[in-house]
Amino acid sequence: MMTAQIKQKIQKEFKEEMDYDELLNCMRCGFCLPSCPTYIETDRQEKYSPRGRIALMKGITDGVLEPDDDIAHSLDLCLGCRACEPVCPSGVQYGHLLEDARNILQRNKKQTVRVKLLRKGIFDELFPHQERMETVTGLLGFYQRSGLSKVARKIGFMNLFPENMATMEKILPDVPKRSVMKERPRFFEHEGDKKATVALFAGCLMDTMFFETNNATIKLLQKAGCDVTIPEHQLCCGALHGHNGELEKSKELAKQNIEAFESAEADYIITNAGGCSAFLIEYDHLLKDEPEWVDRAKQFVRKLKDISAILIALNFQKTHHLRLPNQTITYQDSCHLRNVMKTFNEPRALLHSIEGVQFVEMEGADTCCGSAGDYNIVQPDMAMQILDHKMEKAEHTHAQTIVTANPGCLLEMKLGIERAKKTGQVRAVHIADLLLEAVDEGI
Amino acid sequence: MPSSKSEKQLSTIKEKLVAIMGQENVDDTMSGRLAYSYDATPNFQALPDFVVSPRTAEEVAAVLKLCSDTSTPLYTRGSGTNLCADTCPIKGGVVLLMKHLDKILELDKENLTITVQPGTITKTITDRVEQEGLFYPPDPSSMKISTIGGNLGENSGGLRGLKYGVTKDYVMALQIALPNGELIRTGGKLTKDVAGYDLTHLFVGSEGTLGVITEATLKLIPKPESQKTILALYQDIEAAGRSVSSIIAHKMIPVTLEFLDQDTLKAVEDFAHIGLPTDVKAILLIVQDGPKEIVDRDIHRMAELCREEHAVDVRLAASDAEAEELATARRSALSALARLKPTTILEDATVPRSEIATMVRAIAEVAKKYKVRISTFGHAGDGNLHPTCLTDARDKEEMERVEAAFAEIFEKAIELGGTLTGEHGVGVTKAPYLEWKLGHAGIEVMKGIKQSIDPNGIMNPGKVFSEQSKQRMVMMK
Repeated sequence: MMTAQIKQKIQKEFKEEMDYDELLNCMRCGFCLPSCPTYIETDRQEKYSPRGRIALMKGITDGVLEPDDDIAHSLDLCLGCRACEPVCPSGVQYGHLLEDARNILQRNKKQTVRVKLLRKGIFDELFPHQERMETVTGLLGFYQRSGLSKVARKIGFMNLFPENMATMEKILPDVPKRSVMKERPRFFEHEGDKKATVALFAGCLMDTMFFETNNATIKLLQKAGCDVTIPEHQLCCGALHGHNGELEKSKELAKQNIEAFESAEADYIITNAGGCSAFLIEYDHLLKDEPEWVDRAKQFVRKLKDISAILIALNFQKTHHLRLPNQTITYQDSCHLRNVMKTFNEPRALLHSIEGVQFVEMEGADTCCGSAGDYNIVQPDMAMQILDHKMEKAEHTHAQTIVTANPGCLLEMKLGIERAKKTGQVRAVHIADLLLEAVDEGI
Repeated sequence: MPSSKSEKQLSTIKEKLVAIMGQENVDDTMSGRLAYSYDATPNFQALPDFVVSPRTAEEVAAVLKLCSDTSTPLYTRGSGTNLCADTCPIKGGVVLLMKHLDKILELDKENLTITVQPGTITKTITDRVEQEGLFYPPDPSSMKISTIGGNLGENSGGLRGLKYGVTKDYVMALQIALPNGELIRTGGKLTKDVAGYDLTHLFVGSEGTLGVITEATLKLIPKPESQKTILALYQDIEAAGRSVSSIIAHKMIPVTLEFLDQDTLKAVEDFAHIGLPTDVKAILLIVQDGPKEIVDRDIHRMAELCREEHAVDVRLAASDAEAEELATARRSALSALARLKPTTILEDATVPRSEIATMVRAIAEVAKKYKVRISTFGHAGDGNLHPTCLTDARDKEEMERVEAAFAEIFEKAIELGGTLTGEHGVGVTKAPYLEWKLGHAGIEVMKGIKQSIDPNGIMNPGKVFSEQSKQRMVMMK
């Protein structure tokens, strides 16, 4: 429950901090409604739609609505998938409004000491420190390799956790040893004709838990004719913080990343995680109030490209023979890659060009799978409802391989496969891993 | 404002609502109420006391009876996309959602009808019947979002109105819940039926002021076998208007004959990125459908007529996909214009199509006279234009000029033999002007009908009938 004092404070901060012109820009036509997963999944409840949420934000800002837990829940239940933005004829920047509103609510949230410590642990002490990410991942690797994981599963230890956490544990990829992560070089030379110099945004999770996918990405870039550098001192993109109302922390991370990549002098900055790229591409917006950073942020943003977009730009699919054993594949969009980066044709074009593969478009591939950053942990019920519906759609495609372009989506698809009891029949892969497989097969 | 009922009265009403449809279908949280305090009409917002979601026609009827007995205002709502504040609960009370009543009940391929519940999304119906080679033509721009119940209540039009008519032309039978708690059925799957007053068409377009449609049987036609789209480009907006009149005068009835001015083109292109020409003053978007030879002949002839009226270019859409992109882009026009200014006020004045060029010119003159920015797009072929004022509701002085400008546009439309609203409805926004069109005696007839069906005045109060009519302006000729 919010106290009267907190309510007043929230209202005041909405008035001071919310972008009122942007709130007014929503003319309430409702064109966003069919695109909103939570509106659909809550049986068309307006307060769980973008139009409804904007009205709630505006209500608080106007002072006609007192903030309460219900309103906070409406905003919490938003996936932040931003599918409402490309369909909005007025061009409302919903994501920015949501971020600002969540930032205010988070700041004023009364939290138990335990949650506070946990949040501090995750947001301040873990994700911004790549070496700690490596340690944690290293521990996970030890857990997996030592056979402890098997023992834990056998004695039912994981059953003590919420259902999706327990399933989640099963689907985590086998992570590399810490020493392997540490020893990877920071420069890789192009193969064939040189076409570009690129810097890889390695990502905190991608470079630990999905280390092999990063390696695949680097190899693809080399084959496409790129010199690849992995700039030192780069950190987590800050998306997790930004989406959880920890904007100040995101800004710190953004500045460090901008600095880290300036020295690389690359033509492009490449990511292979839709969630990160969408946050990175808005660094200029994030730092809009800091004049000394805006131009540097713009430089950074201009160079940013997803792996599939750079491969298409460099004609990779035409210069390499891509082949896989016969199979049906489908593609689940990463919401942020699609709705913010506007990259959705490129991955499909790459998959289409693989010989031996039948590509079947999944109905609703452009809607969120329920992963949405840490959404499946903080809103497990809605996340699982969305995921189960997604898996029904996936089943209609008869695909043996579900391809994704973001670690969160990848884990979510694996979770969905496990929940649908399709393990062994259907697999989920990152597009970079699949493409590398196809290059190797195609030789 | 919420209704003036006491806490005690409200809690009694709530108990009864819960008894009708269960706790989970009665929402009186602040967030729930605020989320249904508006529709797509700018500057209208009011909190309801309850938001309820009945699951059956019988539950709808029970809610109506309860509201009638307790004199509680009631507003039926589909997706809340309407543009005349018809779904805004301006006097508090109950917002009645149709979201549970969203089933297609029957597709009758022998009688070519479809029977649906009111909460069904319009496009769901369109897509379903097209799978069977059938066609439901009414296509309001919000068809992806709007419900058929809303279309029926507003008698919605759309881009295909010119050739195929509007919602009312496709309604054969209705089930209606009345304020006295009765459910009645009107019409049938019949081409001919003169048994009694035509109650079906009394309720279509009644804007939720008489009863609640709980089921509708719609007429379907065979899907046309082919379709072609052209764009005619103009550097003179009146020339575009003249082309419209010329096409009609030459006995050509295209499916779609849409007008978009330069402001609208720019805003739409900014959103859709489909390569619309933004360096011309206006375009006409023309669609014809039917057997291929006839479509080819008509399209060729209409292109010629446009060139005769000084179209600077006429382009043919290369594929069905491109044609669909153009139609979809056109449907986004209003919302796209909203990106230009904080407040977008759109009107719906309609004139006989022979007067379209005169009307286009009159709108431009009014905009100049009152120093307001008006962009115009619309269904030029059926004389239904949407002059849209781009303004800022926070600027009181400008808003006064906007209102005066629109009053003059209404006046001009009526003078030319037209009407205040072609397809958006009267609602709150045009209620003060309705008498200009219907006259005092006409309004009295409507009041009599309203009184006999809804004696307690619970159905969408404050809409259609105005407490105070506007004085008609004397125009300088």
